Amino acid sequence: MLRKSSIWVEAIRSGLIGGAVALLLCLVGIVAALSQKMIISGVISMGQILVFAPIFIFAYTTARRAATKTVDTLLLGALAGLSSGAILTALIFLGQVINLRAMFVNASPDLYKLLNFGLTLGPGTLLLLGVAAITGLIGAVFHLIPARIRNTLSQAILWVALIGLLRDLIMTVSQSWGPAALLVKWMFAGSGLTLPGAIFLLALIGGITYWRYGRSKLTRVNKQSPKQKQWSRWGTLAVLALILILLPRILGVFFSDILDNVGIYILMGLGLNIVVGFAGLLDLGYVAFFAIGAYTMGVLTSPELAATPLTYWQALPFALGVAVLSGFVLGLPVLKMRGDYLAIVTLGFGEIVRLLVLSDWLRPWLGGTQGIQHIAHPVIGPLDFGSQQMLYYVILAGIVITTFIATRLKDSRLGRSWMALREDEDVAKAMGINHVTTKLLAFMSGAFFAGLGGTLFAAKLSSAYPQSFQFLVSINVVSLIIIGGMGSIPGVLVGGLVLMGLPEILREFAEYRYLVYGALLVAMMLTRPEGLVPEARRRLELHEEKELAPLEEPQPVLKNPGGRR
Amino acid sequence: MAVLVGNRVTKRFGGLEALSKIELEVEEQGIHSIIGPNGAGKTTFFNCVTGFYSPEEGEILLNGQNITGLSPDRVTHLGVSRTYQNIRLFKNMTTVENILVGMHPLLKSGLIGGILRDPRTMREEHAAVEEAKRLLQFVGLTGKGDLMAKNLPYGQQRRLEIARALASKPTLLLLDEPTAGMNPSETQEMMNFTRKLRDELGITILLIEHQMRVVMGISDLITVLDFGQKIAEGTPAEIQKNSRVIEAYLGRGAASGLGQATATA
Repeated sequence: MLRKSSIWVEAIRSGLIGGAVALLLCLVGIVAALSQKMIISGVISMGQILVFAPIFIFAYTTARRAATKTVDTLLLGALAGLSSGAILTALIFLGQVINLRAMFVNASPDLYKLLNFGLTLGPGTLLLLGVAAITGLIGAVFHLIPARIRNTLSQAILWVALIGLLRDLIMTVSQSWGPAALLVKWMFAGSGLTLPGAIFLLALIGGITYWRYGRSKLTRVNKQSPKQKQWSRWGTLAVLALILILLPRILGVFFSDILDNVGIYILMGLGLNIVVGFAGLLDLGYVAFFAIGAYTMGVLTSPELAATPLTYWQALPFALGVAVLSGFVLGLPVLKMRGDYLAIVTLGFGEIVRLLVLSDWLRPWLGGTQGIQHIAHPVIGPLDFGSQQMLYYVILAGIVITTFIATRLKDSRLGRSWMALREDEDVAKAMGINHVTTKLLAFMSGAFFAGLGGTLFAAKLSSAYPQSFQFLVSINVVSLIIIGGMGSIPGVLVGGLVLMGLPEILREFAEYRYLVYGALLVAMMLTRPEGLVPEARRRLELHEEKELAPLEEPQPVLKNPGGRR
Repeated sequence: MAVLVGNRVTKRFGGLEALSKIELEVEEQGIHSIIGPNGAGKTTFFNCVTGFYSPEEGEILLNGQNITGLSPDRVTHLGVSRTYQNIRLFKNMTTVENILVGMHPLLKSGLIGGILRDPRTMREEHAAVEEAKRLLQFVGLTGKGDLMAKNLPYGQQRRLEIARALASKPTLLLLDEPTAGMNPSETQEMMNFTRKLRDELGITILLIEHQMRVVMGISDLITVLDFGQKIAEGTPAEIQKNSRVIEAYLGRGAASGLGQATATA
């Protein structure tokens, strides 16, 4: 606990930081850009949320850290909020005196109007200060209420905000839902949710969260017999499969296209997860294998380049073979490198491949800046997988197969060798692991899946251009692995959906994509370095039945207490 | 017959001769200790034997076979296993998995087997897990198999490291300061355990140790190194009386004084 006098100083300091964050968001333009994106129509926009969320968060942490009397806590929160508001007010006044736009393009009159709630200078800034103080006060209140309510509220609010953001997607999807479509129509306005809709959702989600909070996970699992558990597992799987199969039909062409992109990234993520997550080899040039897969497919199937164009399926083994071979070629020189050095060399490799396909030198074979057009797409008998909605199924099949292979490899002798190399290379060698073949196998498996992703990418666009294989692709794949959880296969799926799916749906954010990435990565590293879905190790010694023994029963006493002899 | 023979082993780091012409013979099923002050070259010798370093001169024979300059994984395949001065477990893997990695040279399944999980691979895996459990029991870690290695207490980490070293069924086990950081009762336990390794598993043990009580208590033969030179070799009783050893440990003046003390005692 802090000293009495210093907690007030601390509150102001923390409020100023919150204000500075809000200020930054204003000046990079994201606030103004998203001011038209309503979360609750006519009540609050995404832009306003971005201004007041940091104020709220910093007021809440102030209240939590101070841990003092109720009245003081409330005052502290309000003070923190007020300090944040002061920073924004200062911006507005400063903007009146000097032309900030010379330096900050986004410090426009529109922004000031937004912060002033559309009022004139005097009343507007007063209102801003007042709202900021109240936001801070609410932050403090949030700390004072019981944990269960706090938990419920924060979850419900986050969900409502997300649903409001995803309005377009939900509206599109719900068209085929019959009666439910009416409910959805009632909930959503032209942009964001309607006020009654938001209140309804808040109550619904809040109610569910509140109810679930009391029930511990363990008790629920224990009530089921192993057989029931297996049935429910298969049931969940079947429902999931059905949803995945119907998804492109439900979502329509536009969202299927996004789905394809997400799927290709997930495919690459699963492959890179073997290299980075399992074997701990930081590969920043992963896009190279993606490009090699796409270009091999192009060279072999495009009538422009190939004398006798192959079909997608005929070319696939060659494309994968070339990708694997290039994995081997990259692997050889970097066998002795670790960590940073490896990252730099692989990064260079990615750039070399991009520059090669871009070069005039290889233009007759690879098309140079023009790229390759008319690349074949998969066809099986009468089924043409050319459209986005159909290609989705090939990508899905690819993901299923890749997930299967990755899961099995993870718990195999080879997977253990990879992990041992990741944990301690010297000791792994001393355990009899041949680091040369083991590392090469990691690079080659990773390249295999990136190559597969590349062929699908080429098939989806029916073309391949050097611009598609920027360094940023590698960074995206690495980021989605980190966000999802290093070495975790479900983590890659979640990371892919969050990192690649959300920005595509939330087009308004597109410009600020990498700002959000950066913030997300930093936040993840600070609060949850293990990722959204951390890697779990398989249990081998005890059998599942034993672990699930109810906790009330006395645990079987170990024959050898404490493991001592 | 000697399991391990060091023949004029010399290792240099730049101008420094970390090991110079070390002669060493480790007898089968013996417990052989290497002692010496800090920087004497004990761990360097271990690293030469296990293939981490390649000695500039001399040769190292394992069961009559020349293993000088072989890579660590080759040496392990030939039946040498070791532990480390500062515990080096695979921290983010479970206890059982650590042992399974130790079994690496004995297992055969590769990429294809891992994906297909054919009956042969599955049989091998099941047998390996059973063997791992047996080893856990042997080192007294039953029930800890699914814990992350990093979550084990210090003493248990030491024992897990030994279990991992045993997993490759070595003929020669190198223990680098197995009692470092242990209290007297844990040390006693480790001594008994080391003897048990030799008596029950028939493994030859080469040991680096600092605690004189341990060294004198369990060694059949002791080699003393100082500044990369072998200065003495003999049974515990002989080493205790050796004036050069006392000098190396306590300095020249002390040697004469202590020598007299032992003589009178």
